[in-house]
Amino acid sequence: MSPSTPTCRHCGSEVPANRTARTDFCCTGCAAAYDLVNGLGLEGYYRRRVIDPAQRPLKPDEDSPEIDYAAYVRDEGEGVRSINLMVEGLHCAACVWLIESVLARRPGVVSARVNMTTRRLALRWRSDQADADILAASVNRLGYRLMPYDPALIGRESERREKELLRAMAVAGFAAGNVMLLSVSVWAGQFQGMGPATRDLFHWISGLIALPAIAYAGVPFFRSALSALAAGRVNMDVPISLAVVLAAAMSVYQTAAGAEHAYFDSAIGLLFFLLVGRYLDTRARGRARSSAENLLALGAQAVTVVEPSGRRRVLPPSQVEPGMTALAAAGERIPIDGEVIDGVSDLDTGLIDGESLPKPAAPGTRVFAGTLNLSAPLTLTVTAVGEDTLLAEIARLIEAAEQERGRYVALADRVARLYAPVVHGLALITFIGWWIVPGVAWQTALLNAIAVLIITCPCALALAVPVVQVIASGRLLRRGVLVKSGSAFERLAAVDTVVFDKTGTLTEGRPELIEGAGVDGDAFAAAAALAAASKHPLARALVRAVSTRGLTLPPFRGVREVAGRGLEADTAEGVVRLGSRAFCGVREDGEFSGPELWLVRPGAAPAHFVFADRPRADAAEVVAALKGRGLRLAVLSGDRRGVVEAIAGDVGIDDWHAECGPADKVRRLEALSGEGRRVLMVGDGLNDAPALAAAHVSMSPSTAVDISQTAADAVFQGARLAPVVETLGVARRAARLIRQNLALAFLYNGITIPLAVSGRVTPLIAAIAMSASSLVVIANALRLNRGRAL
Amino acid sequence: MNILLWLIPAALLLGLLGLLGFLWALKSGQFDDLDGAAHRILFDDEDETPPPPEDPNRR
Repeated sequence: MSPSTPTCRHCGSEVPANRTARTDFCCTGCAAAYDLVNGLGLEGYYRRRVIDPAQRPLKPDEDSPEIDYAAYVRDEGEGVRSINLMVEGLHCAACVWLIESVLARRPGVVSARVNMTTRRLALRWRSDQADADILAASVNRLGYRLMPYDPALIGRESERREKELLRAMAVAGFAAGNVMLLSVSVWAGQFQGMGPATRDLFHWISGLIALPAIAYAGVPFFRSALSALAAGRVNMDVPISLAVVLAAAMSVYQTAAGAEHAYFDSAIGLLFFLLVGRYLDTRARGRARSSAENLLALGAQAVTVVEPSGRRRVLPPSQVEPGMTALAAAGERIPIDGEVIDGVSDLDTGLIDGESLPKPAAPGTRVFAGTLNLSAPLTLTVTAVGEDTLLAEIARLIEAAEQERGRYVALADRVARLYAPVVHGLALITFIGWWIVPGVAWQTALLNAIAVLIITCPCALALAVPVVQVIASGRLLRRGVLVKSGSAFERLAAVDTVVFDKTGTLTEGRPELIEGAGVDGDAFAAAAALAAASKHPLARALVRAVSTRGLTLPPFRGVREVAGRGLEADTAEGVVRLGSRAFCGVREDGEFSGPELWLVRPGAAPAHFVFADRPRADAAEVVAALKGRGLRLAVLSGDRRGVVEAIAGDVGIDDWHAECGPADKVRRLEALSGEGRRVLMVGDGLNDAPALAAAHVSMSPSTAVDISQTAADAVFQGARLAPVVETLGVARRAARLIRQNLALAFLYNGITIPLAVSGRVTPLIAAIAMSASSLVVIANALRLNRGRAL
Repeated sequence: MNILLWLIPAALLLGLLGLLGFLWALKSGQFDDLDGAAHRILFDDEDETPPPPEDPNRR
């Protein structure tokens, strides 16, 4: 075995040390996939692809549960059927090409199109020549995982809204451009002696363009304003709608009267700039939402049910009832709460209680949805599904905590709440003020009031916040941080305390071999050879450790895994065992209580392997950087005191709390916020999820369980903690820029409102002021993209 | 200035064509997958059509 770890030619993961045939591959599934790709003449894939370490490796499932694709197939008529699938394991554009090419070569496929942005595949085929299961299997065999979904359940509403805004924006932009062109001519004509007939013609044409455009593009604002008024509230859209409608109506009146000024350009320009801000805002939210939706949809996992007749069927969780018998294959996440009736295995319960080591399961053991079945298939009696499971219980805890946080009002909304009444008041005062001045026509008074409405309209204000948020989240996205809500930036900027979870957050979440007593080269090689047969985390750690030492492994034949206890193999000298202390028959000495493995061989002293979960490579650095910014740090963990103390000491955090359940964590966070602290919670486990939702703001690594990623405000990728520092830095700068932008918007209002009230604002001034303030705000926000890493 | 009577409608018509083009593109899903389209061009599609079925009687 060579000292450098060989990687699989198909999936790029490590090749286990005990592979005998085709050592270019980590498993037979990968070898078969490679042959399949080559057989189709698509081997160019391997040259072109770029493996994304954040995605799961392209390793075909050896015993994947059957997914019932037929339930999601739709008939499109004329013998064509279609299905929508979510693709797991999409690394890069080459994967898109590979999937599409493989499917295109199957007979009967009409079209196969992968959307790289949303990671979804739309597949259409002729029903007389192909079949959904076979087509899906041809892609699954390559190592991708196709999950059917119902497109009606996903993001239709937000997608539709986004398109509506984009359409409105296009129409408004077209109209605004053309009307502005005509207006510039009119303004120039004032100095060059344009005749009144030409001016009136230009006004009429402007009106002809602007009025239908306003009627179409203003709908999003009018609708929101009407529904707010119907509910007895005033929102930002009310003054907007009022200004646009009044300006348009007044302009028609002025044009008909052959007057000098018309406000069509102001009305449509205002609408256009506001639509830009609104669209950016929706897009930022929509992108975050679609990734959350993907997570949630994948979370709803199919259940393999055994019918009394012995037939196996795959059912969606909604159709499973308590009392049914379900199967959980090795390596599968258990989708229901239940009790084991047959089989012995190890369960990774880390999701539920944060424990990093597996627990044994045997008939009679209660299992919970969300736990991972590690070593052997289990047969279960279903005791609870869906809403009744422990998982759903925790989800409810999160929801409750989120509602609490939902009361947080974003800065822009707080401003808007004050803004609307002030604007209306000012306009009314202007109207009455001018009206009672003797000798002024009511038309002039109304015109001045409209000018106030237009000039004060929150063009810059509506852009100030969304532009900064879109640029900030774009910058973070390129660094592998996905910020899911706009207001998260404001909350991140206010943070003064950071609380970390231990397992999987401060640490890498997987045990590593740290030392061994009585371990020599032979013992090590023998242990690794046995361990290669198991998926147990400790065995995996042993195999990883051996690949760096370049040992030759003895060939063991017929390694047996005794679930929950260890591994054994027969040799000429006797039985070799690797496993727990009891399994290996080593007497209890009470000295060591951490994760360990023992190896006993005939004619040799037992060897003792000790493991520990190491801190992330840059954990201490990040802790120091955060301390340097004056933040208070703490660790909250569900793990034992000794372990937590050691890790906290390693990375340099003095304030730590061990043995905290999910509810303890929430209580601790509430206590902190009671002291007036703004807490950033960083965690990954299901047991952290309620705390993530309860904290002022939260982040979780992309290795975290789905539900934690859903609860967190931001998700970061990679093996390092540095994104936490980066995100805080960007958030602080974004908050500063938002404040600057709001100040600019107010400054602009401070100058123009007196002008408008005194009746000196002509359409030219209104147009220039409006565009200039919007551009200044956008330019200021763009500064966030420049500058060093934070 | 009578030329304006031709030029303004002509300018509007051209602008309108652009707008309709954009709306058509939006409706037909041209903006659905901006990441994929940027990379798709890098892959040859010479072999996108399925190979002709194997014909044992050939030659």
